[in-house]
Amino acid sequence: MLILKILIIFMIISSIAAIEMKDLLSAVISIGATGLGLSVCFLLLKAPDLAIVQLVVEILVLIILIRGTVDRDGVHYERREVLPYIVVSIFIIVFLICAYYLVNELPRIGYPIMKISKLYLSESFQKIGAPNVVVSILLNYRVYDTLAAATIFFTSVIGVLTIMRKVGKKK
Amino acid sequence: MIKKSQTGMTLIVKTVTRLTTGLILLFGIYIVFNGHIESEGGFAGGVIIALSFIHLMLAYGKEVTLKKMNEKLSEILENLGAIIFIICTVLAMFSGGYFLSNVLGKGKPFELFSVGTMLIYNIAISLIVSAGLFSIFITLVFFRSEKND
Repeated sequence: MLILKILIIFMIISSIAAIEMKDLLSAVISIGATGLGLSVCFLLLKAPDLAIVQLVVEILVLIILIRGTVDRDGVHYERREVLPYIVVSIFIIVFLICAYYLVNELPRIGYPIMKISKLYLSESFQKIGAPNVVVSILLNYRVYDTLAAATIFFTSVIGVLTIMRKVGKKK
Repeated sequence: MIKKSQTGMTLIVKTVTRLTTGLILLFGIYIVFNGHIESEGGFAGGVIIALSFIHLMLAYGKEVTLKKMNEKLSEILENLGAIIFIICTVLAMFSGGYFLSNVLGKGKPFELFSVGTMLIYNIAISLIVSAGLFSIFITLVFFRSEKND
């Protein structure tokens, strides 16, 4: 998987570029480039559902919503001090040491632990009738979680509309 | 057809937008209705439907877009999606199943009405997501600009 390593290096470079940009539009476009690289990674690992959602949400939330709502001259860029750099670098080193020991415990890419997934792959098409196994898990085996997710999204939209409303309380 | 208005971007952007918004809306509806046959269903299709209206608003401005979809209609559609989802879950109890069971049964595979209530869940989720994201975009753009004036 040489292409995956090249894509991951490209994503790291574009996210470093997004931090160091002084123009807001260039920074948002750099974050969009990171998301596009992640979407191609999902396609190479044979997960088209995740790739479609990643692409669409990246375009809407990160480019259009940020660019359409933030004022152009409201962002002030100042140089940070020395102490936050030291704290963040110590945290990154500790995180990388923990992640090295944790990744060795996980199964390798391409050799998953097939305990419950065997049952889904063998029986879902006969019992439910949907050719797409992901949708049959989301909307038939685990539909209670989907109900909770729809409730969370609905509640967050109501919260935004309540905070940004025009008519306030009558005193 | 969209009437030519004076607000918005240049003529080239308006012409391309007039030709492509309908195609983007149709592609979102196609992804919602074919979620159980090909890849992805409610969430991605709803986001694409919301993107088509946002695309129209970026090119033409407020007045043209709000004639097609105003904020009251989008709130009504969002609440309708949530009500459809809950009614389908509760009606399964009165027709011989338990709380979230698939009561309509399955037909021939690889057809539209072949998975029972899963298609209705997909349509309800797409209504919630598309109307919710469009109303969030309207409030963030509008009420901010009115405060500044």
